[in-house]
Amino acid sequence: MKIGIPRSFLYYKYHYLWESFFEELGIDYVVSPFTNREIYKQGTIRAIDEACLSSKIYLGHIDYLLGKCDYILVPRVFGYEEGTICTKFQAIYDVVNNTFRDQNIKILYYNINPRETANEFRSFLKMGKFLGKKKAAITRAYIIAKQTQKVQQIMALKRQEELLSKEGLKILLVGHQYNVYDRYIGGPILQTLKELGATPIIADICDKKEALEESKKISETLPWAFNKELVGAIQIYREKVDGIILMSSFPCGPDSLVNEMILRRVKGIPILNLILDGQEGSAGLETRLESFIDIIKIRKEDGNGQM
Amino acid sequence: MGMDKCKVAFPRFGNYHIPLEFLFTKGLGVEYITPPPSTRRTLELGAKYSPDYVCSPFKFNLGNYIEAIEAGANTLVQTGGTCRLGYYGELQEQILKDLGYNVHFINMSRANYNNPLTFYDEFKKINPNLSLKKVTSSLITMLKMVECIDEIDDFVRQNVGFEVHEGEIEKLHEEYLNSLRTVETKKDVEKITKNYKKKLKDVKVKKPKNLMKVGIVGEYYTIMEPFSNHFIEKELAKKGIVIYRWMNVTNSILHNNGKEQKKTIKPYVKYYMGATSMATIYKTLEWAKEGFDGIVHVKSFGCTPEIDAMPVLQRISNDYKIPILYFSFDSQTSETGIQTRLEAFYDMIMMRKEKR
Repeated sequence: MKIGIPRSFLYYKYHYLWESFFEELGIDYVVSPFTNREIYKQGTIRAIDEACLSSKIYLGHIDYLLGKCDYILVPRVFGYEEGTICTKFQAIYDVVNNTFRDQNIKILYYNINPRETANEFRSFLKMGKFLGKKKAAITRAYIIAKQTQKVQQIMALKRQEELLSKEGLKILLVGHQYNVYDRYIGGPILQTLKELGATPIIADICDKKEALEESKKISETLPWAFNKELVGAIQIYREKVDGIILMSSFPCGPDSLVNEMILRRVKGIPILNLILDGQEGSAGLETRLESFIDIIKIRKEDGNGQM
Repeated sequence: MGMDKCKVAFPRFGNYHIPLEFLFTKGLGVEYITPPPSTRRTLELGAKYSPDYVCSPFKFNLGNYIEAIEAGANTLVQTGGTCRLGYYGELQEQILKDLGYNVHFINMSRANYNNPLTFYDEFKKINPNLSLKKVTSSLITMLKMVECIDEIDDFVRQNVGFEVHEGEIEKLHEEYLNSLRTVETKKDVEKITKNYKKKLKDVKVKKPKNLMKVGIVGEYYTIMEPFSNHFIEKELAKKGIVIYRWMNVTNSILHNNGKEQKKTIKPYVKYYMGATSMATIYKTLEWAKEGFDGIVHVKSFGCTPEIDAMPVLQRISNDYKIPILYFSFDSQTSETGIQTRLEAFYDMIMMRKEKR
């Protein structure tokens, strides 16, 4: 049996957990490639026109995996203890199922819902049983997978700390993991920043507990867990970076409000608001990033004067 | 702020400003400023100061607030919600503050929905001398008013456009809503409603034998605020179509049948998909099974839960061979575009009806 894993959306949050879970259970899996033009194109064909760029890309990855595996992993999340989630993640299982019904898609799923005690471990247990494994083996695989995920998170934090102590321009990139790390959405931004000699600092790599607390200093009633973490990360990193880039995929519901709030409440540091719709050529993006970096450089030379 | 000077406003939303006015004046003992009906100006004002790609209810609400302030309001109320609506309040408060408006903002998303008393705490900010007994009795009358308004609304929707003397129903409807503004007790509400129900039933209507039935589904605000959906129900009624709408405050909040919805749509949907998406799918499926001639789906541009309902609606449309017309409204939507698409939809369901 082979599981297909779409390299999109929650993949970037959970891939160490998923991959080592399946490995420990001796289950074969295939991960779809980095987003490319073809995956993006197929996604836009499958998706409702108005859906956000990230979800179009997600459907493109599902489309890619059809016929290449027995089951495609589509987890469903209702929300977290830390906060709610965009309804997209509540609906994703049924969106995929209805969109690909004619292709007879087979979905491997699990459900996270703190209200129904559908916690991660129980859900993985259920999923493991569906895959024909015994409880002891699943429990062991889950614990190992969880440790792997934790170690990777700590290492990512360490690497980021090293980057923060480096000389030179540092830019905080504030966006959902699935946008920042997607080669088609965030890829060109990371690449251009490096070419311009700036070090990207990823907001999503942070002490999540601290970020949740810190976010309240910027906004009190933020409902979404992911946005709370990002807003809190701004508070954590703002003194250590030279500028902030907000990046969202058009027309992201939560970001449409939260990024506006950030622009209104985070003062004294240059902020660039990038909204990506997958249509723009790279030239326009490079120009905007270039002039943003130029402004920061001039500001630095002028002796840290306010913008 | 002394309570004598407190002038409260809540964004425009269907005809619900009438029960809201009752609750605030009778229950909370403060003045209520009903924002002027939404117009092009309301939307333009709201859009000007809102983030570009936020859903249009945010823009309408903001426009309503500004127009309410112009009309004298100094205390604004915003609700909470399970989608983006849950974050409207804090951002709208910030935008109004940045614009220089000095107003008091009551944000219900600060209250805890699992604990109704926290709402009372929020209301206490409006009037510290609040009497819980008075609020409770006004709340009961207000809820009755909502139910009655919705009931009359259903009758109007299914009969308007078929009167022998054109405009009779609309005139009575307006009279009814106006007379509700004078009530004191729950009994008054029931009496007035009974009276107008009879008057409405006495209106001579002539419906053709081969009636066309269309159900309207979609996102909470857009479906219930006629200006935001370009008066789509009225447009359909003009063409001699009977319109059914399940979505209103009574059905969605006061008597929600969430479990039944989930059971009905099980062949299509496994999990709760967010905000109004479940009701949208539920009614589309029910009306498809009942053999309706068509479904109209309305939402504001970018409404995520309703976008996610669409692949399911497409399945239902396919399985039951029922045409669905999809509308997505934003501040740029053109009137002619809507008219053209409505005409085409009408022609199609008409032709299908004749073939059957």
